Amino acid sequence: MAYDKFKVLTSTAVPLPIENVDTDQIIPARFLKATERIGFGDNLFRDWRYNNDDSPKEDFVLNNAKFSGQILLGEKNFGSGSSREHAAWAIYDYGFRCVISSFFADIFRNNCLNIGVLPVQVSAEFSAKMFEAVNADPKTSITIDLENQKVTLDTTGESENFDINPYKKENMLNGFDDIDYLLSCKRRNQRIF
Amino acid sequence: MKKTLFDKVWDSHVVQQIKDGPDVLFIDRHMVHEVTSPVAFLGLDNRNISVLYPERTFATADHNTPTINQHLPVADPLSAKQLDALEKNATAHGISYWGLGHEKNGIVHVVGPEYGITLPGATIVCGDSHTSTHGAFGAIAFGIGTSEVEMVLSTQCILQPKPKKMRITIKGSLEKGVGPKDVALFIISQLSTSGATGYFVEYAGEVFNEMSMEGRMTVCNLSIEMGARGGMIAPDEKTFEYIKDREFTPKGENWDKAMEYWSDLKTDADAVFDQELVFDGNSIEPMITYGTNPGMGIGISKGIPMAESIDGGAATYKKSLNYMGYEEGDTMIGKEIDFVFLGSCTNGRIEDFRAFTEIVKGRKKASNVTAWLVPGSHKVEKAIEEEGLLDILKESGFELREPGCSACLAMNDDKVPTGKYAVSTSNRNFEGRQGPGSRTLLASPIMAAAAAVTGKVTDPRTLIN
Ligand code: SF4
Repeated sequence: MAYDKFKVLTSTAVPLPIENVDTDQIIPARFLKATERIGFGDNLFRDWRYNNDDSPKEDFVLNNAKFSGQILLGEKNFGSGSSREHAAWAIYDYGFRCVISSFFADIFRNNCLNIGVLPVQVSAEFSAKMFEAVNADPKTSITIDLENQKVTLDTTGESENFDINPYKKENMLNGFDDIDYLLSCKRRNQRIF
Repeated sequence: MKKTLFDKVWDSHVVQQIKDGPDVLFIDRHMVHEVTSPVAFLGLDNRNISVLYPERTFATADHNTPTINQHLPVADPLSAKQLDALEKNATAHGISYWGLGHEKNGIVHVVGPEYGITLPGATIVCGDSHTSTHGAFGAIAFGIGTSEVEMVLSTQCILQPKPKKMRITIKGSLEKGVGPKDVALFIISQLSTSGATGYFVEYAGEVFNEMSMEGRMTVCNLSIEMGARGGMIAPDEKTFEYIKDREFTPKGENWDKAMEYWSDLKTDADAVFDQELVFDGNSIEPMITYGTNPGMGIGISKGIPMAESIDGGAATYKKSLNYMGYEEGDTMIGKEIDFVFLGSCTNGRIEDFRAFTEIVKGRKKASNVTAWLVPGSHKVEKAIEEEGLLDILKESGFELREPGCSACLAMNDDKVPTGKYAVSTSNRNFEGRQGPGSRTLLASPIMAAAAAVTGKVTDPRTLIN
């Protein structure tokens, strides 16, 4: 389905300083039973966020009122494991529009791009700087400029460029989706099997 | 230009190249299951389009199904709704549907090869990351997200940037008690869970030449756990022997044509990979994991590594050991366990049940262990009975459940309780993967069998007759 256009996003960020965050943590399998794409944000990081009796775990960052915003600041190898697009849906539905990490798992990155969450891959050094700044002052704002492929730490003005496939960039900027494109491609079905 | 196996299959499926963008890739076979497809079908309905080539799409119910009393209505209303949705969608679009109770029902990556849906040189996708399993036949097979499922349903094509290429060669041979699962866990422990991210892997060398098709599937299945898009092995006589005369394989003239195409499916001498790794098969021990990702594995005789010897963050490493209730330097042999799970698309095939049975034969299930033995499909289930394995298993105090993904992802009732340990032949030991708070030790079928009869982590080599 077509999604929102993404041009420039300026927001505070929520830091999650854990490596190898797999999609089973982002949304555990038992919440994948829906037949529609609604309500996944409620169960984002469910088992890190809530105790078994559904009371919030105070030490988890989503339960820390100091931190909020549309940017999720993750550690390296973010989104590994299961291909479930539900992980990207949960992140979107919770209100994030961008995930920053120094390294993304492949399928997760694709899934994000396909639903309108921008994965921004930065150097390990810049990632560390952002974590430090956000931890020191949760009001720190970060600007993601997709057109210019630039991420800026607004407090210091430090910035870094990020890569994105030009085709995917066009799609994100315009809110286009791949199926419209594919439907316009010529057909080919002369295979042996 | 010299081409790799991967190049040959990929290039022959490119419909269109987008400048500076992904390739438009034609998909030969698409497998669908109940969890990742409903939203994709909804998308089709919203656009008012139908499935372009229903004969290329196959649907089975596996992720969210009970493994006992499958003849009764599914008790959980949400699961039942999801299964209903798959049946309705498949029927409405004219797709083969193998639902609960159907004789061909089973785990998507087990039934694909069983019925000849999986073919050398094909492109195969499914909304499940372990689609890489099918690479064992020399196919390009990879997992996709739900938006991509919708793309394939509606256009039989997908947009994909071409990955880089890696070859992993394992020379020599495997020692007694070491099998395909150990080979895969060994490679992942060497590469880490992100070591092959961005790559498509080709497995080569004597160890894979010697390996059965089932074993090759186990290895290719786990490619995703090192971050790879997929893994593949060049088809050989064993491959053709396996697929010949299966229900959906080409027949007669079409078989000959296909054989012509398949005979060229190998990496040209001198073709270049972006990365090459070589290991010695004889140095691989039976493997077990001790942490919360599949890269945290060690040879059974080794100790749990110290935090400082690990690449990457000590904090994340310690959090993981803490979750598992283990200490740096601990040995795994002798650790208490509570559950044993034999099954999943990694190790739920007949060869895995043979290996498990071989060890438990003449021994008894330990009383502290709950064992879930879940065949990957009805076909596997039937073979277990016909080969007499079931009698041996029963004699040793084991029962067989009905086919499905089961405790691999614990979407149904097969959940390992909080804090309990499970030796599992599946593919993921993430926090809570087998139930909230569960602790998973990934291992081979014979390691699982050894744990099941001794009630603790045991070197399976000590039980081989
Ligand atoms: S057995 Fe596990 S990994 Fe395999 S398809 Fe089912 S859930 Fe996925």
